[in-house]
Amino acid sequence: MSEQDRPGGDITEEQVEALVARLHKQTQAGGYYLNPDEEFTRILVRSLMKNQARYGYQACPCRLAAGEKLEDLDIICPCDYRDADLERYGACYCALYVSAAAARGERTVSSIPERRPRARQDRPQFKQPAATEQAAVPALPYPVWRCRVCGYLCAREEPPGVCPVCKAKKDRFERFM
Amino acid sequence: MKFIAREGRDRGDVKLYALSTCVWCGKVKKLLADLGVKHEFIDVDELSGKQQTAIREQLDAIDPDWRFPCVVIDGGRRCICGYKEKDIREALGL
Ligand code: SF4
Repeated sequence: MSEQDRPGGDITEEQVEALVARLHKQTQAGGYYLNPDEEFTRILVRSLMKNQARYGYQACPCRLAAGEKLEDLDIICPCDYRDADLERYGACYCALYVSAAAARGERTVSSIPERRPRARQDRPQFKQPAATEQAAVPALPYPVWRCRVCGYLCAREEPPGVCPVCKAKKDRFERFM
Repeated sequence: MKFIAREGRDRGDVKLYALSTCVWCGKVKKLLADLGVKHEFIDVDELSGKQQTAIREQLDAIDPDWRFPCVVIDGGRRCICGYKEKDIREALGL
């Protein structure tokens, strides 16, 4: 493999393998699948590690990160757009994650359109809920939190530290009700 | 801002805007190399913030819907975003 195909040259193959294995386990438990093309997946996982090292979080390898966490919150892997793209195209934007059919090899994946809004104010972490959406919420004993990555809902004082379904971190939750 | 030049058959001014971490970008790099076309490429994520902004502005002027990887031919006569092998071959007449 040439240097060009190997982002994060100082990351060892063993470290990459370890993260691939961990992601396999995590994702399968949540009903997600990594791309069965092992070489393809290894390059992307190496890229996630490179981004972890330079930004401090695993920014999406196929998008230009700003390098500031709040700006990039919607594109920290798994991104806010993954599930919709899996549904529509059978793969996420990078094709690190694929649908069950694609994981079984019944569907091929390709380069898909970008779903992330171009305008900053339209991105999920900045978008203000419309006033009408906030109205008429019945009194609840607990606030309801929604995971912006997978849509998991829970009613408790605080969102969980890690989403039990997709493993997104606490800062990916929004107040739903 | 340093583009990396690759020698080959002259099919006009071919520039590839890429990310070092993106597999689709890697596939376009490989395609251009395999086709043996003279081109230049740049990994935008490796640039400083100011240089990134300059590149973003350049691309905005060419195609407001640009994304990586982005192949720009003759300063914007054609602009192909994403790994679209057929479109790239066709645009290069190959
Ligand atoms: S889920 Fe896919 S598209 Fe989203 S950040 Fe991760 S690798 Fe990129």
